[in-house]
Order: sequence, then C-alpha cells, then structure tokens
Amino acid sequence: MTEPVLRVQDLAVYFSSRTGSLLRREERVLRAVDGISFDLNPGETLGIVGESGSGKSTLARAILGLLSPNRGRVLWMGEDLTRLEAEPMRQKRKELQIVFQDPVASLNPRMTAGSIIAEPLWTFYPQMESLQVEERTRGMMKMVGLLPNQINRYPHEFSGGQCQRIGIARSLVLNPKLLICDEPVSALDVSIQAQIINLLRDLQKKLGLALIFVAHDLSIVRHISDRVMVMYMGRSMEVAEKTALYRRPLHPYSRALMKSVLIPDPVRAREVKQEVWLKGDMPSPFSPPRGCIFHSRCPYQVPRCQADVPALRRMENGNWVACHRAEELDLSI
Amino acid sequence: MARMKMAGDALANDPFAAAFATQDIQGRSLWIDAWHRLLKNRAAVASGSTMFLMVLAVVFGPMLSPWAPDFTDWEHTASPPSLVNGHWFGTDAVGRDILVRTLEGGRISLLVGLVATLVSLVIGVSYGSVAGYYGGVTDRMMMRIVDIIYALPFMFFVILLMVVFGRHIILIFVAIGAVNWLDMARIVRGQTLGLKNTEFVEAAQACGVSDKAIIVRHIVPNLLGVVMVYVTLTIPHVILVESFLSFLGLGVQEPMSSWGALVNDGAQDMESSPWTLIFPATFLAVTLYCFNYIGDGMRDALDPKDRV
Repeated sequence: MTEPVLRVQDLAVYFSSRTGSLLRREERVLRAVDGISFDLNPGETLGIVGESGSGKSTLARAILGLLSPNRGRVLWMGEDLTRLEAEPMRQKRKELQIVFQDPVASLNPRMTAGSIIAEPLWTFYPQMESLQVEERTRGMMKMVGLLPNQINRYPHEFSGGQCQRIGIARSLVLNPKLLICDEPVSALDVSIQAQIINLLRDLQKKLGLALIFVAHDLSIVRHISDRVMVMYMGRSMEVAEKTALYRRPLHPYSRALMKSVLIPDPVRAREVKQEVWLKGDMPSPFSPPRGCIFHSRCPYQVPRCQADVPALRRMENGNWVACHRAEELDLSI
Repeated sequence: MARMKMAGDALANDPFAAAFATQDIQGRSLWIDAWHRLLKNRAAVASGSTMFLMVLAVVFGPMLSPWAPDFTDWEHTASPPSLVNGHWFGTDAVGRDILVRTLEGGRISLLVGLVATLVSLVIGVSYGSVAGYYGGVTDRMMMRIVDIIYALPFMFFVILLMVVFGRHIILIFVAIGAVNWLDMARIVRGQTLGLKNTEFVEAAQACGVSDKAIIVRHIVPNLLGVVMVYVTLTIPHVILVESFLSFLGLGVQEPMSSWGALVNDGAQDMESSPWTLIFPATFLAVTLYCFNYIGDGMRDALDPKDRV
C-alpha cells in the first residue's frame, strides 16, 4: 500500500450571513462543507460530483487554503496545511495547483498569455533569467497544445478552449504534485470538453499528478476518475471505486444522480425509461433536515433516517457510504 | 495535441503557414483596442486636438508675445480688441495685454488641474486599492479616515491654510489635492472590491503571488480604465475649483494670474470693457468642454459594452 499524498479529515467550512434589522440581528450559518474526509493516493484521480450548491467548489478552495476551514485537517504529505503560517503555506502552493471553471474569467485580461503562464515562475524564482522563463513558458504552451508563437497574445484573442489550456499551463508550470480541477470544462463546448479532458488525462499520466476533479457532469467524471465522491449539501454520501459506483451505487442519492444522466440515444433512452427519482428541490442550506441530510428527498426513508445522522462507514467491497440502509437496499442500475 | 499535428502538416507544404507558426504574433492589448475606438470618436478627437493646441498656446504663447504679462501700456488702457495697436484681445483698465495674461493664466490653471489631479490619482489609487483589497478592519479604518477628512468644510480648510501659511500657489495644489483624492480613493476601493473576487485574482493567490504584486499587476491595471475616465473629469473640476478660489480672492496672487482670477477681474469691469471678461471666460469654458468630451469618449472607448 502506498501512503496517500493527501488526507482530508473532517473538513468543514461554514459561511455566516447576517440578516434582520439593526436591532434584531440574526446570524444564519450555512454549512457549505460539513465534515468531509477522504484520502488521495499518488497519481490517483478522485472525482467529486454533486448538484449545484453541494459544496464541491468550496471544498476545493478549502483544500488549497484559499478559504480557511472552520474545522478539520488537510494533511499534505503528512503536514497539516490548515495550521501553516502564511509563508510556509505560500511555499506549498508550488505543489498544489488549481484549474478554474471559467477559463476567460480566470485569466487577467490585461496580461499576455506568456506573462500569465510565467507569473508563477516570477513569483517563486525571481532570480530566474528572463530568457529561461520565456523558454519554459513556450515549452508549457507546446505541452498543453498551444502554438508557442502566440505568447504575446491577450486572453480575448483566444477561444474558450485555448484559454483553458493557458490556465492549465499556468497551473502546471511549477511542476505541482496535486492538481485540483474545479469544473474545468463546464463552461466549454461539448467538442472542446473532450479535448481538454483528454489533455488533462495525458498530462496526468505524463507528470504523475494526483488529480481532484470536481464536476457535475457524471459522464466526464466517469471517464477520468479512479474513485468518485458523491456530495450532497456539504456532506459526502458515498466514496466508491468508479466501476462499482456506476454499476451498483450504495446510496440512494448516488443512484438518483446516476439515473439522471441523459442517454444520448433516443431508442435506448425509450427502452430504459428514465425515471425522475429525486423529489422536490434541495432543502434550504440554512435549515438542513435533521438526521440523514437526504431523508427529505429519499424514496427509501424510514423513521430512523429522521433521527440519526448516518456515519460514513466502510462496506465489504471497500467503498464508503453514509446510509443506514446500505446493506439491505439493492440499488443496481 | 491534434492542433500541434495540424500545425506540423501545414508547415510542410505551405510557406505562409510556416512563417505563421514560427514567427511571434503580436497581440492587441485592450488598451490598444480602446485607443482605436477613441480615435473613431469625432468629438473626443476634436477636443483632444483643441486641448493640444491650447497647451501649446499657453506654454509657448507668452514667449512669442511682444508684451509681458505685467507690462502696463499707458497709451492703451482699457483698449478694446484691436489689430492696430497690437492688443488683439484688448487691454484691461491698467493697460495690461489680455491675450498674454489669458495665456499666462492658462498656464496656472492647467498646471493646477494637472498637478492636483496627479496627486489625487497617486494617493487615491494606492489608498483605495489597499483598503479594498485587504478589506475587513483595515478597510473600515481607512475609509472612516476618508469620511472624516471628507466632512471638513472645504472653504474653511482653504481659508485656514491661507491664514496659517500665507497665500501661495503651492497651497492651492495642496488644498485641492487633499480633497480630491478622497473621491478617487472611494472609486478605486469600490472597483477593487469587485476585482478581488474575480477568478484571476484567486488564481494569482493560488499561485502564491504576493499581495503587493496582485495589487500592482492584477487589480490596478484592471481598474485604470475607470480611473482614467475619472481623471479627465477631475481636471476640469479642479480648474473650476481653482477659478472659484481665485474668484473669491483666495487663489493666485498678483502679478500671477489664472483664468479664475482673470474672470474675476473682468467681471468687475464687465460693463465698461466686456472683452476683459469674454476672452478668459471663453478659454476656460472651451477647456472644460474639451475635457468633458474627452472623458465621455474615453468612457465609451474603454467600456464598449456600455455603448448603446
């Protein structure tokens, strides 16, 4: 067994919002991420899926220390990132990088592609000669499939897919060991999505990166991940090997997600008869249901679900699930 | 990867593509785009050219004039504009040439406008971006200080300065600059608040870029557009404030002059010799119009989305 590079333990991020008048202040707490734990092995890809507002992006930012968590630990190579001072944490940023959702918004419109990619180098290697920086920048551009002679162009002169390649080049220029992709393709055309996903996968193999891939598109997660974590309202419902999850999910919510994937073949879609499985909307995050957070929408709920919070526990096949009835239910797809 | 292969194929049989793929392509920055849009705005170009001529005139005009600004021509006191006696714009009650005095006054007025705006630009941008970027307690403290200074009555402040230090041109710069950077700081802070939550700033933070570099490299260049528009609108405002001070007799002192002071003098002789009022007032008004048109044009050029 290899040691995991990243261990996230009981991580929680709360946002508070004040409402009401000056005299009657009410403080409401939104539990964006509430007690998430998982391990990530070197070279492994963990997919994180869930509906909008389930806390996926918040989790990604909390791991990188862009948000400070209220509770829990982020162990990177055995070192707790949440306790690091500013400067040691800054040094760690060489190893942990992120690719953002909106490729255009994540690039400074006033900087050229070259300076965007080179900025991490300027930051961490200020003594590096400019010729060397340029050479490395051109190398990175080539690696992510951009023409190096476009080094002096500005973001608005590139397409969305190309902008995302610039973003990927920037995140890889420091040779990180972990790359977090926060919905890297959801803003792109479908045809470009495949290019970017394959690029990420190729680069991951070539560079031996550990990858956390946040997405709400289940087919993409299936394509790229080794393991998948299913999140719902800031908690993890299931962490499972990809094949197991997509064949026989253990959590009713996972099944609901899997069943909601559209089948791009009208004939087969008719045969399968797509059922709408999820009732209603996600409850208000300010007043989450008691007990199992999913019980208000779960077709299998029993009285116990309203009373006890199910712990994330390990099943026989090695996967993790947070459901009281995981053993008795057969949720095969 | 596929793109690279395609580029490679094209290289083999197309010399033009070969040149295209090897030579660096010069990008067009947003600044250059905005500049080209500005050049298409006729009002802005006309105003810009007029201001250019105006600056040339006030800088070099007095050197070419046969009259010194404080020279008293006793033979032609209160002379109307005349080509014959050489006083094209006429003279005032003590026989000083209005043309050369208007140009001299323009030097002071434009200088005040430029320097005071520049001071408020430097202080306002650095102060506002720091307050906005750090946020929280720092922001609240810094902006409360701005509020306090803002609450001081401006005229009271100027009169106090004059009483304590005596009348001096530098004091006008100080007084106007001290008040104008407050607006600038507020505008810049507001812009910074919006910018600091953008993904590219977050990306820079994730790359470990220092706060100082983020402000200088990511925040300030992206709010400079708004700031530049504000600057072009501040310059005429400052000129007007200086004119107002001079009009009240708190501004520049004789024999120096400014447009405001000249308008004040002219207004007193308005009935007997209206040209002493008309010429400086026209110069002042034209300048204010020009800056406003330039500001308008810049706003359209820098933010093409807003244009209807």
